[in-house]
Amino acid sequence: MLQHHDKIERNSIILLILTVVVISIGGLVEIAPLFRLETTIEKVEGMRPYTPLELAGAKIYKREGCYGCHSQQVRVLRDEVERYGHYSIAAESMYDYPFQWGSKRTGPDLARIGGKYSDEWHTRHLTNPRDVVPESIMPGYKFLTENDAKISKIGDDMEVLRKIGVPYTDEMIQNGVSDAVIQASTERESEKLIQRYGKKVNVRDFDGNPQRVSEMDALVAYLQMLGTLVDFTKFEPLTIKEFNEMNAKIDNKQQQKSNENKNAK
Amino acid sequence: MTSTHNTSSTVDYNYDILKLFTLAATFWGIFGFFAGVLIASQMAFPILNLNLEYTSFGRLRPLHTSAVIFAFGGNVLFASSLFVVQRTSASRLWGSDSLHKFIFWGYQAFIVIAALGYIFGVTQAKEYAEPEWYADLLLLPVWISYFIVFIMTLRNRKEPHIYVANWFFLAFIVTVAILHIVNNLSIPLRIDSTQSYPLFGGVQSAMIQWWYGHNAVGFFLTAGFIGIMYYFVPKRANRPVYSYRLSILHFWSLIFIYIWAGPHHLHYTSLPDWVQNLGMTFSIMLWMPSWGGMINGMMTLSGAWDKLRTDPVLRFLITAVAFYGMSTFEGPLMSIKSVNALSHYTDWTIGHVHSGALGWVALISFGALYHIVPILWGKKELYSTKLVNTHFWLATVGIVLYIVAMWISGISQGLMWRTYNDMGNLQYSFIDVLRASHPLYVVRALGGLLFLGGACVMAYNFYKTINDKTTSNQLI
Repeated sequence: MLQHHDKIERNSIILLILTVVVISIGGLVEIAPLFRLETTIEKVEGMRPYTPLELAGAKIYKREGCYGCHSQQVRVLRDEVERYGHYSIAAESMYDYPFQWGSKRTGPDLARIGGKYSDEWHTRHLTNPRDVVPESIMPGYKFLTENDAKISKIGDDMEVLRKIGVPYTDEMIQNGVSDAVIQASTERESEKLIQRYGKKVNVRDFDGNPQRVSEMDALVAYLQMLGTLVDFTKFEPLTIKEFNEMNAKIDNKQQQKSNENKNAK
Repeated sequence: MTSTHNTSSTVDYNYDILKLFTLAATFWGIFGFFAGVLIASQMAFPILNLNLEYTSFGRLRPLHTSAVIFAFGGNVLFASSLFVVQRTSASRLWGSDSLHKFIFWGYQAFIVIAALGYIFGVTQAKEYAEPEWYADLLLLPVWISYFIVFIMTLRNRKEPHIYVANWFFLAFIVTVAILHIVNNLSIPLRIDSTQSYPLFGGVQSAMIQWWYGHNAVGFFLTAGFIGIMYYFVPKRANRPVYSYRLSILHFWSLIFIYIWAGPHHLHYTSLPDWVQNLGMTFSIMLWMPSWGGMINGMMTLSGAWDKLRTDPVLRFLITAVAFYGMSTFEGPLMSIKSVNALSHYTDWTIGHVHSGALGWVALISFGALYHIVPILWGKKELYSTKLVNTHFWLATVGIVLYIVAMWISGISQGLMWRTYNDMGNLQYSFIDVLRASHPLYVVRALGGLLFLGGACVMAYNFYKTINDKTTSNQLI
């Protein structure tokens, strides 16, 4: 057997080609099916794209490296579900580019932080964490209240996201900037915003300063909706029976299609 | 610059470019270790975040990770692989001086652009893939040039047989290219924007990110450095590699199995179970080819163990291999779902990372650099062997403090998060658990400080060696 390896060791191109073949297999097996298998992302109700203001907040979350200390993924473990709420399902992060599941909990998981603390708590906590949690080691982000939220070109973000699969409509994109401003205030007419994104959208002055739409408004708007979209009283994971029935349906559809193709020929 | 060696012909090796990579590696090592000590200190004393936009932990963390992996590790790999491929091929480095300079300066530019970006909040928000699209694009021609220079030098080899170290270097170079390209596929927001969105989101981006992330470890930090081990350990011990057959077996099984390990970063998440189970199974199997490498490295010292008493450079190399064995046992252990249920999100993961990064990657790097500095600069020996020993002990004690602190902190976290009281409620609030970690964060920062101190000793030793007026033409 070793004589064959001798041939490989004397030829750098063969060595290279075989190496590339060998290292490609694992990735193909583990990655490709995730795009094709229908069970990868659950069919649930309630998921919607981020509003423009929330999107601006998500960008701040990524910019500041919040994922370095906070996860956004409740695991299917009893103590975790008890501490944080329903375990996370794949559908909930489908519009996150990239995913924000995180890999470390220096601070608590944030997957279901939405609605758990008041806007004022979030604003004070982000400004100086030790004001509300004395032993916290989190950095302070006072500058968020002082910076204007970067929403003037948020339509560009929505356009790119639409290209890669997020279902933003033309109407949503055209009204991106005004929707962001409206969502951060209680003074303005928010009917259209609600129409576009749904009744659950939080519309209020998040940072306590109605004079401007700040980065704090954006980030708190983002945090306040995390984990709130899917109604888990209506969500049931598939039983084995339902799973098999679903697969049978898919198989039948495929069989029908190939029969049609055969007949067409 | 001419140097003589054991074959009958004289090869004019290109050491000039290697000197640059060696100096860069030393510089970035100290920079990256310092960044590590800084952020570790911020975790122990959050006032060190300074309440400034540019100095918060969240922005500085990728500065540390990129600096130690890509700036330090990367330059070490460039210096070592291009040294080894020349020496084992008995052939001068292929390519023009300008091409070599392009690779060197292009890579340093990539590092600096990425690092500056992080401070200003420019990041892709993906671990170990934070550099944005324009930096990623810059890396492509640099890396492709590196690949060409490496393989063309190899093809010019006098010895028809490709030495095992070069199999690992080749696998590292080509796999990293593929990982980098796929994980960084993205659309810039505008052509004049520093920001981009990746093509993949949600669960698919999770899988692709950790296919990339684990293989950044497996190929950048392992395969490449195994290549380093395969040259410098037998060279320094003046012994042949223990087993040729073992090297064949563990090379192919390592590069095949490693790729599958990614999902162990995602146990119990919303990644489908079938992928998690594949990841766990292959991660456990990975223990074997990893220990194959460790055994091959260790047992090369057969008949030469006494050298450890007199040669602290060899001490670095062998201790690195020992830490490699330890980390590649701990890793598969942590990949088991039930163990991972405890360890995920805790400091145990950090401890594991650093036993591999400091214990294996950094120590083998130091050994390799100590070996080549006198050769590159034509000196008979290093300025001080004693200082190498000082570095060794500073580094080793620092590592032990670091990882023990993180084991205690991590396992405590895992256990405390899941502790129930007699009433059937969770016993500890999140902040209760964080409070328990504080003293361990202080110890960890101290361990890192010792490690940094050791690296400074090394830099001083290099400085004195290079500036030593006595040159030598002795056989090296």
